Amino acid sequence: MSDVTELIHQYLRHNKKFPHVFCPGCGHGIVLGSLIRSVHELALSKDEVVLVAGIGCSGRIAVYVDFNTVHTTHGRALTFATGIKMANPDLKVIALMGDGDAFSIGGNHLIHAARRNIGVTALVLNNSIYGMTGGQSSATTPKGAVSQTAPFGHLEKSFDLVKLASAAGANGVSRGTVFHVNMLDRLIAEAVSRPGFNLVEIMSPCFTQYGRKNKFKSAVDMFKWLKTETSPLESWEQLPPEEKAKRLPIGTFLAGQEPGLEVLYGNLRDDLAAKEQPR
Amino acid sequence: MSKKSKGQTIITIYPDWCKGCGICVAFCPAKVLELDAAGKARVAHPEECINCGFCERHCPDFAISVVPRGRKKRLPPELENGV
Amino acid sequence: MATPRKTKKQVLFAQGNEAVVEGALLAGCTFFAGYPITPSSEIMEEMARRLPRSETGVFIQMEDEIASMGAIIGASLAGRKVMTATSGPGFSLMQEHLGYACMTEVPLVIVNVMRGGPSTGLPTSPAQGDVQQARWGTHGDHPIIVLSAASVQECLEMTVTAFNFAEKYRSPVILLLDEITAHTREKIELPLPGEHEIFNRVVPSMPPEWYKPFEDTMRGVPSMPPLGSGYRYHVTGLTHDVMGFPTQQPDEIKALIERLFRKIDQFYTDIMLVDEYLTTDAEVGVVAYGSVARSAELAVAQAREAGVNAGLLKLKTLFPFPRPFVERLARSCKTLIVPEMNMGQMSREVKRVAASLTHIRTLNRIDGQIITPSQILKAITQG
Repeated sequence: MSDVTELIHQYLRHNKKFPHVFCPGCGHGIVLGSLIRSVHELALSKDEVVLVAGIGCSGRIAVYVDFNTVHTTHGRALTFATGIKMANPDLKVIALMGDGDAFSIGGNHLIHAARRNIGVTALVLNNSIYGMTGGQSSATTPKGAVSQTAPFGHLEKSFDLVKLASAAGANGVSRGTVFHVNMLDRLIAEAVSRPGFNLVEIMSPCFTQYGRKNKFKSAVDMFKWLKTETSPLESWEQLPPEEKAKRLPIGTFLAGQEPGLEVLYGNLRDDLAAKEQPR
Repeated sequence: MSKKSKGQTIITIYPDWCKGCGICVAFCPAKVLELDAAGKARVAHPEECINCGFCERHCPDFAISVVPRGRKKRLPPELENGV
Repeated sequence: MATPRKTKKQVLFAQGNEAVVEGALLAGCTFFAGYPITPSSEIMEEMARRLPRSETGVFIQMEDEIASMGAIIGASLAGRKVMTATSGPGFSLMQEHLGYACMTEVPLVIVNVMRGGPSTGLPTSPAQGDVQQARWGTHGDHPIIVLSAASVQECLEMTVTAFNFAEKYRSPVILLLDEITAHTREKIELPLPGEHEIFNRVVPSMPPEWYKPFEDTMRGVPSMPPLGSGYRYHVTGLTHDVMGFPTQQPDEIKALIERLFRKIDQFYTDIMLVDEYLTTDAEVGVVAYGSVARSAELAVAQAREAGVNAGLLKLKTLFPFPRPFVERLARSCKTLIVPEMNMGQMSREVKRVAASLTHIRTLNRIDGQIITPSQILKAITQG
């Protein structure tokens, strides 16, 4: 349990300004810590990790950590990640996106990355809002919630990221929160080690742009919500339907072992070479 | 494992990095931490610490370190695993 | 399939799209990502057959052109020579990442086989309507290299050139073809190994902790390590400092943008490629590019037979605009004719640099039909 913070400090870029830009109580810093511990736990070198980030608050995480970091365009992180992984399958490619990033503007890229099962780990930091641009509705803003673009309450339904990624064909799908950090460490480490496309939805509350407009008194209040309104998947499944609807299940939903596209392509190349060899 | 003994840790807070979000204070099971007048976390009751590690894992700003007493604080160089 | 003792050139009967593939493979392209679109699809189809048969080649069909660009940028960062191919509507979608590649200085080649537009336009008919989009399609101030090809053989050669420029200047390079060049079949010769100089990007060789990823150099082109090689750095589309980190410092912003321009500007003589045909004594000059340049060549020859001193300046580099060549021709000619399959996109540039030097006539066609030699001949003889 010790050395957690010292360990993290060793992975940060010492020429960057700290504390980082995130608001007080923002979960994004916790996700960065969790990611670093997972990478360390898996004994990956800094050189073999490529962190590909999108645009938004989550996209700003990449600048702080001493991996190979690529801060891409809004919603397109997975397309870059796909190219990197196909070009060099030895790299561990982790795409870091927000909910608007991954599921609104980048929704098409996400379902296709899942379908083609590219060996990329997608971490989606879901704060239910567009934080950086000032608190507009996103594809995960709950129905009824207030935002800058839904001042009278959001009329639309929100995406269930777990169901969406599962239906699209992802190998691994899980959901964690920044309150359940030990579980989050495990979910990220498992996702990074599993073959093919793995998505981890991470509930990371935004008090500044979402919480204070939606009856949360503080960032702490939002963490309490994460604590009390979520259930580990195993116990959630035992709940009666009306309770299920109220509570958010967290844990691992899918853990397939299909090889990633980059592996299949390498095999294809080997097969073709073998066929053309004897002549 | 025997019952956890209390107060066997050195808790360091880096006020320059603390943004005063209060997560560590609110969730510390032993009520070790509190916010000071400047709104930053401070160690009020180190003798109560049970070394659960919640605060350092949940500090979004990497501003708290909890290390067991008698243990070297710095990581050995081999843990630095860049190639 | 290749025999090592080849001294005679292999001859192919190929269309322009296939020649592009030959050129790309010759230049060392090992990564292609694309999305099908007429009239460029043959390029990706041929890549799908060829790349997996090479040692490290990768072909991937993406979900759209935005994704295709993302994938090739990612692969280029990982050290590959990369290409995508598209046509008008797809090229529009690529503009976002074209800007990203300019800002992050990622070498890549985009082949745009132009068709009639705007919008879905004329998918199977030729046009040259994307010239100014290639120059200015993405937002923000940026330099860009745009090339064209007039024949199938040139499709091969200009593709090699496109890769060389991309790698040499760490810049996206756009190769503009038109539907005619892309689909015409003619005899081409494959160059012998070593016949074309192949340029590979410069990689850093100092200890990694000393590497400054976007440092200014004499050439203005920083060295570029592949991801995972020990040179860990930050890549961002945000305006960045020499370490690659976002900046809002006016002096750092200025230094970056000026370097991006300078690294292209100072090598104009290397980048501006033209072919001149009978221009030395020309009184009527034709400035043309792409398939129109072939019509123009015939028209010039016929004009000479008819006693008119005509000459052709064929632009192989469209941007940076080959200003010195156009100016020189403009000084010696009483008229410059700019035939093109659009409403006047390259003629804007010609007028910009030569309006005060000579009389400039445009010859535009936007009905999905080729500009014929007789149309150009008529313009020449009318003076």
